[in-house]
Amino acid sequence: MSAEKKTDFHVVNHSVPRRDGRAKVSGKAMYVSDLKLTGMAYAKVLRSPYAHAKIVSIDTSRAAALPGVHCVITGNDLEGINPYYGHAVKDHPLLAIGKVRYAGEPVAAVVAVDERTAFCALEHIDVKYEELKPVLTPDDAMAKDAPLLHERKFEAGALRGFEGEVTAGRGTNICQEAHIKWGDVEAAFKKAAAVVESEYYFPMTYAYAMEAYVAIADVADTGVTIYSSAQHPFMVRHDVKSIFNLPVSQVRLIVPFVGGGYGSKSYTKIEPLTAACSWKAKRPVKLQLTIEEAMLTTRSDDATTWMRTAVDANGKIIARQAKIYMNTGAYAENSPLVVEKSTNRCVGPYAIPNVQIDNYSFYTNTVPASSYRGFGCAQVTLPGESQIDELAAKIGKDPYEFRLANVAKPGEEFFPKMRPFDGTLKEDLEIAAKAIGLNESVPKGHGRSVACSTSDAGAYPLTSTAVRVHADGSVTIMIGSTELGQGSHTVIPQIAAEELGVPFEKVHVVSSDTAITPYDRSTGASRTTTLMGSAVLEASREAIQQMVVMAADVLKVKVEQVQAIRGGVRCGEAQLNWSEVISKFYALPDGEVIGRSYIRKAGKFSQLPVFWETACTAIEVAVDEETGKINVEKLATVGDVGLAINPALAEGQDIGAATMGMGIGLFEELVYQGPQLMNGSILDYRLPRFSDLPKKIDLHLVQNQDGVGPYGAKGGGEASLNSMAANIANAVERAVGVRIRSAPLTPEKVWRALKDKRGKIKNER
Amino acid sequence: MTDNKQTLQLNFQLNGKAVEIECEAEETLAEVLRERLNLTGTKLSCEVQVCGACTVLLDGLPVSSCTLLAYEARGKNVVTIEGLAQPDGTLHPIQQAFIDEFAFQCGFCTPGMILTAKALLDENPKPSREEIVHYMDGNICRCTGYVSIVAAIQRAAGVTSKDTKK
Repeated sequence: MSAEKKTDFHVVNHSVPRRDGRAKVSGKAMYVSDLKLTGMAYAKVLRSPYAHAKIVSIDTSRAAALPGVHCVITGNDLEGINPYYGHAVKDHPLLAIGKVRYAGEPVAAVVAVDERTAFCALEHIDVKYEELKPVLTPDDAMAKDAPLLHERKFEAGALRGFEGEVTAGRGTNICQEAHIKWGDVEAAFKKAAAVVESEYYFPMTYAYAMEAYVAIADVADTGVTIYSSAQHPFMVRHDVKSIFNLPVSQVRLIVPFVGGGYGSKSYTKIEPLTAACSWKAKRPVKLQLTIEEAMLTTRSDDATTWMRTAVDANGKIIARQAKIYMNTGAYAENSPLVVEKSTNRCVGPYAIPNVQIDNYSFYTNTVPASSYRGFGCAQVTLPGESQIDELAAKIGKDPYEFRLANVAKPGEEFFPKMRPFDGTLKEDLEIAAKAIGLNESVPKGHGRSVACSTSDAGAYPLTSTAVRVHADGSVTIMIGSTELGQGSHTVIPQIAAEELGVPFEKVHVVSSDTAITPYDRSTGASRTTTLMGSAVLEASREAIQQMVVMAADVLKVKVEQVQAIRGGVRCGEAQLNWSEVISKFYALPDGEVIGRSYIRKAGKFSQLPVFWETACTAIEVAVDEETGKINVEKLATVGDVGLAINPALAEGQDIGAATMGMGIGLFEELVYQGPQLMNGSILDYRLPRFSDLPKKIDLHLVQNQDGVGPYGAKGGGEASLNSMAANIANAVERAVGVRIRSAPLTPEKVWRALKDKRGKIKNER
Repeated sequence: MTDNKQTLQLNFQLNGKAVEIECEAEETLAEVLRERLNLTGTKLSCEVQVCGACTVLLDGLPVSSCTLLAYEARGKNVVTIEGLAQPDGTLHPIQQAFIDEFAFQCGFCTPGMILTAKALLDENPKPSREEIVHYMDGNICRCTGYVSIVAAIQRAAGVTSKDTKK
């Protein structure tokens, strides 16, 4: 619980316009793809056509001899650096070494005077492969005679983001396993009044950040500088420092504006390869992937979940058990954390006395999976929230009432050893139900549904910042958080302006440059408002404390006689603003005061999660029984955010996340046919468009100031995605009476289910 | 490539000013704008004419500059995002409406989105919601869920959402 419930806000809790607005509407916002360095060369990547193959030989001589080509680099040219990276498991070579593990894996890179020259040189590289049996699914990976993808032993990375061990590298294709258990699950299922049990599938998806991965690296004698589209520059710095065996101080990651992330730009991606190109070519090198290449770089883990849930005679959920198999692709990336998180999130926002979840992710010869908005929550919320509806139907209860009766209550320790629940789900559900007209009469072929989720969010609390107050009263805040579009460059200065009592316009943000901005672990898991926001709040207060001492010195009084007021100090009749305090202290109209703060897993952040990220979504769908096509007619989101520092931005996160979730519920899926990705282009990967926009949209925020962040704020921005696929499945069931347990609910899938249902009815007659 | 490439002389109007440049025959308009003229406001994303990020106006009509040969712009009038604000810095009403309605997050689709919206409003100054959705359907935004973009276009057109709800 937040100690203070401040309500008389000047800047915070107002929808002030985005700080980056003018730059972004006028084409002046700089992304890495827009940058050029003097003397810069360009790299292009040759990718494996095979899913699993030994590299017998690579001949680069013809390509290297072409005019305009500076060099060609392969896995054979990496002597002198540590070519394997990975914050959880160091299993990922920056270029394939000895063998390839998925179709699309980088095998060689050409560095040339321009992109076209580099691209044209690729076809002059001769690679001889010896094909190996591919492992494409968890079943393949578990088979007794399954070839092993990784023969090396791995150590768990210190920055993997969870306390458990990693499973990878123990002589099987299991990348990670996680297990949670409490109560007596078997006994509970035996005595249950009703049980539902089924298998569910959540697909592989592609985040489609519209800016594809891009990096510019300059490896010089003085150290490594990389401009990157990375979400977590400090995590990338750690990988790059290990690759080149350099002190942290000699690796600099700079992240300007990022063209979308949604988790897909978390952790290290193409930075090691770009740096190796620069190291070999001895000049700055830019590597700009195409979207097709980005689709061969990261996807989300898909998940097959067997789940059963039990209820007692009073309608109380008494047990849940699940077994999850995830397909994590060729390299671990952040999937070990996705496994840990999806295991926890399988429980849902319910207080269930008997739980057992067993989760396994498998290495396969497919594109590596990693973070995707929500970290495994959507994967397990499809089964979880589907079963709530299925169970309610089985015992003849209204699913909405069933949820109200079972959701975690404020302050309840619904998940053993974790932070007590810090949201108000009952209130959230009521708002969502009202917004969608849940209990009003429904047109034929339409169905309505409300669903919810909560996630152990906020990632690991390790964040620091510096707030510099200048002699003219303006302020510079130094934040490691990246601006992905979520609005950190607007929200965080709002907090500094509120605390220091200076106009918002006078607070300038310097961000995401590891050589300049203090350490911030990551920009993900909805953590920035809560953690960086708290850091900036505390650093602002520390600056004020220093300025109070300075004012006492200037006024020649005791410190106790000086009182901090909004925007300055008071001492008796005398009042000084910050500009006057600093200018008088230095006896010059220049100079500054630096407030600092260090957030760690201590004090109010000692218990994890940092907060429960909680939201409800509600929808009305219309199903065309002739074609199976689903239209989402109405959509409502309810973000349980504690306090919205900027309500318009918080609502923007919710509708953005819900739209992504709707895409997965309706049509988004990466499709493999054998070892080849069949729809690896935006021509074939269907995304939500304007015409998919529901006609009626209601966005709601619940602001009870019950979070651990600034003024009671919590994170948001992922949660509205999580329940959307389940919501669509539940609404379709109510509209046309078919239960579909795999996403996306394509027209074909719905049509076939309707056809089967009609067939059954006929047979029964 | 450094071998014998055919270059051509290209003249067109760019944001109201005449430009004359030399480029290779296979260069796209996006490449010429971004690489030769350093106008990086035009963004490249899907590069297969599906997402709309690279949209510029060619004689007032929206085109995907990622797949349009620069040659096709010869003698024509090209408007990019850099050409919308007035010389004194005053933003075009559509640009201002995008700020006022929070109609972007990462901003990568925004230049193309604004130029398509401009073409729409030039052709149809008071579009209904359905007309906006139909016209804008070739532009993808991955952040906003489109709601705020529709609102921004309505604001720029001076129609409230009430007027367009039939």
